[in-house]
Amino acid sequence: MVGLILVACGGNSSTAGKGSVHVLAVWAAAEQDSFMATLKPFEDQTGIKVLYESTRDVDSVLATRIAAGNPPEISSLPSPATLSKYAAQGKLVQLDNGILDMNTMNAQYSPGWIKLGTINGKLYEIFAWASVKGLIWYNPTKFAAKGYQVPTTWADLMTLQAKIKSDGTTPWCIAVNSGAASGWPGSDWVKEIVLSQSGPAVYDSWWQGKTKWTDPAIKLAWQTWGQILGPNDSNVSGGSKTILSQPFGNGGDGLFKNPPKCYMHNQASFITANFVTQDKAVAGTDFKFFPLPDVDPQYAGAHVGAGDAFSMLKDTSQARALIKYLTTPEAQAIWVKRGGKLSPNKSFDPANYPDDITRQVADVMTSAKIFDFDAGDLMPTAMFNAYWQAVLKFVADQSKLDSILQSLDAVQATAYK
Amino acid sequence: MDFSVLLTDIPTLAIVIVGVPAVLGAYIVGGEYLVRLLPDGSRPAVRPWIWVGPALIIVGVFLVYPVFGTLWRSFFDSSGNNFVGLDNYANQLSGFPNGNAWIAIRNNVYWLILFTLLVLFFGLLFAVLTDRVPYESPIKSLIFMPMAISFVALSVIWLFMYSYQQPGDPQTGTMNAILQVFHHDPVTWVQDPKIATFALIAAGIWGFVGFAMVILSAALKGIPGDLLEAARVDGAGEITIFRRVIFPLMMPTIVVVGTTLVIFALKAFDIVYVMTGGNYDTDVLANRMYKLAFQSPFENGLSSAVAIILVVAVVPVLVFNLRQFRAVEARR
Amino acid sequence: MTIASERVAVPAAERRLSPEWLGNIFSKSLLHVVVIGITLMWIVPTLGLLVSSFRSPADIASTGWWTALSPPFKFTLDNYTGVLNTSNLGTSFFNSFMITIPATVIPVTIAAFAAYAFSWMKFWGRDFFFLALVGLLAVPLQATFIPILSLFVKLGLTPDNVGFLGLWLAHTGYGLPFAIYLLANFFRSLPTDLFESAEIDGAGTLTVFFRIVLPLSVPAIASLVIFQFLWIWNDYLVALIYVGGTADYAPLTVTIANLVNSNGQGWELLTAAAFFSMIVPLIVFFSLQRFFVRGILAGSVKG
Repeated sequence: MVGLILVACGGNSSTAGKGSVHVLAVWAAAEQDSFMATLKPFEDQTGIKVLYESTRDVDSVLATRIAAGNPPEISSLPSPATLSKYAAQGKLVQLDNGILDMNTMNAQYSPGWIKLGTINGKLYEIFAWASVKGLIWYNPTKFAAKGYQVPTTWADLMTLQAKIKSDGTTPWCIAVNSGAASGWPGSDWVKEIVLSQSGPAVYDSWWQGKTKWTDPAIKLAWQTWGQILGPNDSNVSGGSKTILSQPFGNGGDGLFKNPPKCYMHNQASFITANFVTQDKAVAGTDFKFFPLPDVDPQYAGAHVGAGDAFSMLKDTSQARALIKYLTTPEAQAIWVKRGGKLSPNKSFDPANYPDDITRQVADVMTSAKIFDFDAGDLMPTAMFNAYWQAVLKFVADQSKLDSILQSLDAVQATAYK
Repeated sequence: MDFSVLLTDIPTLAIVIVGVPAVLGAYIVGGEYLVRLLPDGSRPAVRPWIWVGPALIIVGVFLVYPVFGTLWRSFFDSSGNNFVGLDNYANQLSGFPNGNAWIAIRNNVYWLILFTLLVLFFGLLFAVLTDRVPYESPIKSLIFMPMAISFVALSVIWLFMYSYQQPGDPQTGTMNAILQVFHHDPVTWVQDPKIATFALIAAGIWGFVGFAMVILSAALKGIPGDLLEAARVDGAGEITIFRRVIFPLMMPTIVVVGTTLVIFALKAFDIVYVMTGGNYDTDVLANRMYKLAFQSPFENGLSSAVAIILVVAVVPVLVFNLRQFRAVEARR
Repeated sequence: MTIASERVAVPAAERRLSPEWLGNIFSKSLLHVVVIGITLMWIVPTLGLLVSSFRSPADIASTGWWTALSPPFKFTLDNYTGVLNTSNLGTSFFNSFMITIPATVIPVTIAAFAAYAFSWMKFWGRDFFFLALVGLLAVPLQATFIPILSLFVKLGLTPDNVGFLGLWLAHTGYGLPFAIYLLANFFRSLPTDLFESAEIDGAGTLTVFFRIVLPLSVPAIASLVIFQFLWIWNDYLVALIYVGGTADYAPLTVTIANLVNSNGQGWELLTAAAFFSMIVPLIVFFSLQRFFVRGILAGSVKG
């Protein structure tokens, strides 16, 4: 019977030529096209075939494959907490031990990026692309019509929000509905405030699970977000019901309504694609952004970013070649030019950015005095899921903050083991 | 779309379509041939194992073996190295009524009752009613359609149905548009913890009635027409015929469908996983088990305990089935 | 259908205008109103999706689907062309067949063998095995992924070696409990005298199975085939775990899920994709529906 099947299915085998390398990541649709375009020169030059698999649920699929002894050679692994678990189990391949040329790496990446991928002094993860969070999108036409000015300080932002409110409109549009992942857009707010308000030391010890959620610094960040939301979420279009039920992809639609439902929307730069398709908006005239102003001037220029990391789970010559390739500015430029990504590489030429908005976003990243990685992505999965859920509960009833933070402490106590 | 692959690979498909049944047919014919070589007396003892053997082996590998592994792991901590006795169970079952697994257990009870009874009710209703109209086939196809949709598409449909816009704005979701007609404020169906689970169960019912309808309808067609006609000639009303003739004859099938639905309700996962991920107090045991097992820090012990709780919960259903099984046996 | 034709047999003239005739007309119209009414209610969500699949994402997000049914009509085929232009759609469509057909045929056949033994043979531990099978229906599949995948890796049952074989077997294992449960229930309800008379005729076990049991159980087998087929056709997770999502092995569900990117963009394509992937299960349903007719057992049952 097996013989028959072998004959029957042999036609689909694809491991020909110079071998192949399996890659598992989250990118689908247009992102997948961009990633495959990035890989094209690699495949052409080396003859190695990249077998790419995409799933939204990378964590679970990878956990299953690793436990079963069948991991892909290369995978995107966002969370250092998960990463250190696999590293401790010996499931990861160390990269600074002959695979990557560390002189080149150190010349091209700032120490922050290298440190992020390092566990117990060993490099396990490299970053190919980056993005910036905490961008406040606004509609310049509508701003001009009301004579609103782009705020540069936190006080300015508070004044502007009060003015918009007294003019009879809600200042903000916020949408946290993302199906099973609901809450993350709100969690971005909180982490941006933590970094800008209490600085990188508190921020780092917080995501590492050493600073409790009930710590005054973290509680203050939630309360500061509460000032953005207003009493009973009254600063946000539609209040808590809209915040919770509106899909995050539609979050900024209110900026373009006539009259506008809100004047500001906080989201990473991917949202501009939604502005263009859903709202027929034009970059520059209908939408622009300003970075979230510094909450505490002591930590001026602090920004939260995110990145696309790769780790190696099986050591093959094909996988080595690919991981090297992904660290080169040439490879990174291919996707960057297609839009939607920034390069974390120091030797990257900004002329490669496809438009003005992307160049401005890249400028926020490169000129940042403090640039820290997305705390949510750094926490163990159980922790950031609880974090997202806490956002939903906080939006529904801000007065429950203390009990919400206590339950987050309870999760924190077990999630990091 | 490039369909050329269909042409090049059709021989492969043909080999599979012909080869697989051939192998299976050869097995049973060959097996029966071997049984006949045995002495007369031992045939009845050997023959059943030829027939149930493949099923028992495959189920043994794919279900029984993992279940024992799960049972074993449920007595160990997350590292799998330290025996902890019943601690994982105690952990999951502590904190009644809102802690740990209890929200999920409560929701599974809602699923168990509402999903099972309503799917059975609508399934029976459609099977019996469509049996009496000349356009049975198209109607059944329409009712069946939701079954043919994947869970991802089903959740897209229901997120549209439940979508919410601010009061005063035009509603884009069907449910809130209906409320708007009656001058009622729109409702956040999936985000309000008081109703979210019921909203998910409603989507599940809609998606599953086709299942009950098809099987019950097949059973209904198995009831001899002359039996019904005889009752009609005797002057029995349609409702009496349903209660006295149709319902009792369909009872074994209703038990099968009901049992299957109870088990599906216990295992409810996809709809919750896709639509809310367990947020807004909609968590269920299967989703909880999945999160514990596959999300860092990978609580294998706790997750296994949840899985075992779920499996143990079907025991009462099995006892009921055993009785039913014996009753049918006794009647013949 | 049968009922309708039998009723016509009663001379129509005698009934006309009699109170029973009027009552009959009334209850008949009520029946039609109820059947059509509930059906219309039932198809509203599907209809909403169908209409939405011909609308642009901007329209879907701003107005309800029912507004598209009145002028000005702004229908578009963009969602469908978007789906049909997906790379790898042809391969994954083929893969779905390669996965689904054997993964339906194998469990249904093996289940028919087993159900026959469970319902008409006596053997040691029969009731125990049967109930254990029903109980195994409750096993959450997620709990089996890691042990089974490790087993496949150890035995070399990975797609590069044996194609879809591992996945077929996995689907068989997962599908057998329900299949055996459903079929055994049906086989058991077959009249005892069928078997007695066959025995008197000297027919062997195989003859009884192939000539009597299977033909009489066509409605049950047809419904089982429908469900097993469409569950596997719509399966996403089991395929992703055992054969993975690479272009050569991805079934349609995996390719369709990848229409939406990691930021949720492209969700409008799912509307059209839902109808595209529904076509095959519906064809299976239509073609098997003709087996759900009254009278398959006619003549075989004592009156």
